[in-house]
Amino acid sequence: MNALASRQESELALAKAGTKEFVTVHVADQLFGVEVIAIQDVFSLKGLTPVPGARPEIAGVLNLRGRIVTAIDARCRLGLPGRPQGYAGMMAVGVEYQGEAYGILVDSVGEVLRLSDSDFEPNPVNLNPSWKDVSQGVYRLEGRLLMTLNIDQLLCVATA
Amino acid sequence: MDELLGEFITETNEFLETVDTQLVVFEADPTDGDTLNSIFRLVHTIKGTCGFLGLPRLQFVAHAGETLLGKFRDGTLVATPDQVQLVLESIDRIKEILAELEATGAEPEGDDSALIGALELAAEGHPAPSAAPVPVEAAAPAPEPEPAPVAEAAPTTASGLRWDPDLGRELRPGEVSLAELEAAFLSATPDDDIEPVASAAPAPAAANAPIASTGEVTAPAAPAVERRAAPEMRAIKDDDEDAAAKGGAVASNQTIRVNVEVLETLMTMVSELVLTRNQLMQMVRNTTDSEFKGPLQRLSAVTAELQDSVMKTRMQPIGSAWKKLPRIVRDAARDLNKKIDLIMDGEATELDRQVLELIKDPLTHMIRNSCDHGLEAPAARAAAGKSETGSIRLNAYHEGGHIVIEVSDDGAGLSTARIRDKAIKNGLVSEELAWTMSDSQIHRFIFAPGFSTAAAVTSISGRGVGMDVVRTNIELIGGTIDLQSTEGRGTKFFIKIPLTLAIVSALVVGSRQQRFAIPQLSIVELVGAGGASEHKVEILNSARVLRLRDRLLPLVDLSEVLGVPPRDPVIDESHSAFVVVMQHSGQLFGVVVDEVFDTEEIVVKPLSKALADVGTFSGATILGDGSVIMIIDPGAVYRRVGQAEEVVEEAVEAVQKKRGQRPETTSMIVFHAGGEQPKAVPLSLVTRLEELDATTFEQGDGRTLVQYRGELMPIVAADPYAPIATTGVQPVLVFTYNGLAAGMAVDKIVDIVEEALDIEMAADRAGLLGVAVIKGKATEVLDVSHYLSLALTNWDDPGVNKPAKHIVLVERNPFFRNLLSPLLRSAGYEVEAVETVSAALVCAEYRKPAAVLTDIDVDVASARRLLSDDRLAGTSIVALSGSPDADATGFASLVRKSDRDSLIAAIENAAKLEIAA
Repeated sequence: MNALASRQESELALAKAGTKEFVTVHVADQLFGVEVIAIQDVFSLKGLTPVPGARPEIAGVLNLRGRIVTAIDARCRLGLPGRPQGYAGMMAVGVEYQGEAYGILVDSVGEVLRLSDSDFEPNPVNLNPSWKDVSQGVYRLEGRLLMTLNIDQLLCVATA
Repeated sequence: MDELLGEFITETNEFLETVDTQLVVFEADPTDGDTLNSIFRLVHTIKGTCGFLGLPRLQFVAHAGETLLGKFRDGTLVATPDQVQLVLESIDRIKEILAELEATGAEPEGDDSALIGALELAAEGHPAPSAAPVPVEAAAPAPEPEPAPVAEAAPTTASGLRWDPDLGRELRPGEVSLAELEAAFLSATPDDDIEPVASAAPAPAAANAPIASTGEVTAPAAPAVERRAAPEMRAIKDDDEDAAAKGGAVASNQTIRVNVEVLETLMTMVSELVLTRNQLMQMVRNTTDSEFKGPLQRLSAVTAELQDSVMKTRMQPIGSAWKKLPRIVRDAARDLNKKIDLIMDGEATELDRQVLELIKDPLTHMIRNSCDHGLEAPAARAAAGKSETGSIRLNAYHEGGHIVIEVSDDGAGLSTARIRDKAIKNGLVSEELAWTMSDSQIHRFIFAPGFSTAAAVTSISGRGVGMDVVRTNIELIGGTIDLQSTEGRGTKFFIKIPLTLAIVSALVVGSRQQRFAIPQLSIVELVGAGGASEHKVEILNSARVLRLRDRLLPLVDLSEVLGVPPRDPVIDESHSAFVVVMQHSGQLFGVVVDEVFDTEEIVVKPLSKALADVGTFSGATILGDGSVIMIIDPGAVYRRVGQAEEVVEEAVEAVQKKRGQRPETTSMIVFHAGGEQPKAVPLSLVTRLEELDATTFEQGDGRTLVQYRGELMPIVAADPYAPIATTGVQPVLVFTYNGLAAGMAVDKIVDIVEEALDIEMAADRAGLLGVAVIKGKATEVLDVSHYLSLALTNWDDPGVNKPAKHIVLVERNPFFRNLLSPLLRSAGYEVEAVETVSAALVCAEYRKPAAVLTDIDVDVASARRLLSDDRLAGTSIVALSGSPDADATGFASLVRKSDRDSLIAAIENAAKLEIAA
């Protein structure tokens, strides 16, 4: 019994090796993937308070279960145009960065995907430098490409 | 580090702070046996514990100190300042060693023989302690205690060390023979607390009774220390502490040490709980009938209590921040050759330990300043007719959610002239402006960066960092600092700080459809501007100012501060706005907001790093409805105003130049009563504006009367040709004098205006003071006293049993003369109103007045002649001014002309003084 369990575990580990779990999010029309381990929670945006004078990528602050979360507009951060209807109905990916709570505002949150390293490719050289900063590379999915999104990099510039 | 050692270091540090304070007390009064006993006990405990832990250097130094203290205690020696200095030095040495011990976990190498030798010499009664080097033996293991017969004087060996026959060897530095100790203890007053300690004393680390006796050593002393030292980590307060202390070791269970982090976490959790509770309450409030209501109310009550209790655990008496001060003052007095008393009041006043930590340094700095610059040398004090010993007084008290700390000295006070010169030299203010500023405004320059008036740098202070650092530190925690100083009499600083940083009271305002919180502490008042309001916004060279009472207030729109284009810069008759009058860095300014909501107790949450560069906000908070709002940093608004300020200052200067003097404005109430021409009376004379039902008016005694607030009030018409209404609503201005009310019937109340009045006198009609131009229209200014005499037959005869006191009023301005005389007369005084000081003195020659009221705005120099004239010796002279900041040094008090109540109060006081004299 024990031996079986451990064998299953090791098989699972073997299967896990060479793969990573990502949560897919849409920012504008682009599909991005954020590593599951980086994410604390996903929530829909309610009651955003703008902060006058803050840099444009800072959408504002919001109350998430008694904690004040700083919301970062992913579209703005990635140099994409803002949504015509504003922030209403957007989703947020909650992350912890340097002990502080941040929410990355995205258009929608999709599913959790386990992606194999074999489908991974580094960023193409002709990629826009502002995207290169926040992405390690691209996964080739069927029919589309998934850009990885590095939260630390994304926030590192935002908080600098 | 060893847990035991850590505990020892924490405890010993607390002991030492107490010893410092107590020694200073003891030095002042060497006969104070109680203090000496407690010092002795503390030093002894340190020594005992050191021995137990195997810390020879500490042990020997403590031992030598203790020996000297022992001599004081048994009365063999009377403590001299030099000897106390020596004990303090040994305490400092112990601190040094402890610091090293804390850092490295081991006692540092070092030679204490000089200090120990000096201590020993002192203990033997040699007056001048010489720090002759004494050879040290290698640190040997502890001596074995032996029961020994009492021997006489111990002979000194060739090596300079004394021989102890009891021990059968030379005494080590700092050691005293057993016999001597025994004798010392036998002769000492028996003290129950001390007994077990003393018996363990001679042989630290005694081989045969180590743990048990050390246990006894620390246990009885511990409660005493806890009580005095208020440990870093607050112990739970026990009301029966005193009783418990007598109970001995049991008491140590009454308090526990808790890690500060635990308390911090607890506080955070409670803050969250409060927020959640608020959210729940909000939700339930919106439903009409909910089964949650009952339980939620209970939850609410429990939460509030929990919050209170948790807050209490963070509270510490302010005395713990003051503990180092007596020593600092004593050392400073010694260094500077001054005699200084430090008086501390309100030590038990509690505040948040976080705040406490933050004010320690500013307070220390201020005390040093007072010692160094505030107080004069004894000779100079004696020359000034003061006692040679200067005093510095610290006082703390609670005042509405804040704690106020006063630091005052009876020294030389601030030199207005020197500060003014320096401010001009440093370019802080233009020379012209400086001369129009009041003394207190000038004094506030000492808070400006890099401002120091000390001519010389001393070891105590004067290194360029001065009061601006103090101010910055205090403002950092949301506090304010202000001062009052009288040259030759001393200086008094007021520090006002919030009790806690975690929860603050804030005003929620709206600007551009968004809500913001402004900390209440920085808010002075809230006024309406524009629209029907009496406060007008004017534009001077593109800078907006608000005319508020007698000063111009620079205005800034909150949206400007936030970097959002302001809604509508025009505030006039048709556009009203709210102005939040704020104070920061001694500067008053107005912030224009669109809406004002409520004041709320808010939990301050820090901003994330991503928002650190915004600079406009000091934090954020979650309101009861769950929404997040930003907390405005008053400093940021101040900086924004500062940019606009120069423009305003220039403009104000220009205006003042044009007028030749400070604008003197009066609030007038303008109304219509018969005829086209508007009429006006000074607002300060009117108690209330009423609209009364005319059908309730009655006729009696040839007058119109109405029942008003339970009494009959006569009503007279403002215009004899405009009869009092008999139907409908009658607007009435109500005046009250001596508890008697009288009404003046008018047709319509138009406005309240604040204007500089230029009255053209026209005394040809009774009841008319004159005509003035108010808001571009010629307006009749009525003489209220005339109407009062019509209404109240006995209004100026307020009581037969009260003999009317004689008062002289010196006022050049006829308007004020006519305004104030009836006012004083109505208060039961006989008034002689004169134009000049000379006339007043002539009056005084004939009949000595009970008090003199004099204007000081026009000519303060001649007004001062009243103070020194023999004809008025013993008479109180009250200064009158249009400004609350005028320099009224020497006068009995300063009263604003427009402030009727304080005027009467001041006169009453002054007249009373005269009777007493």
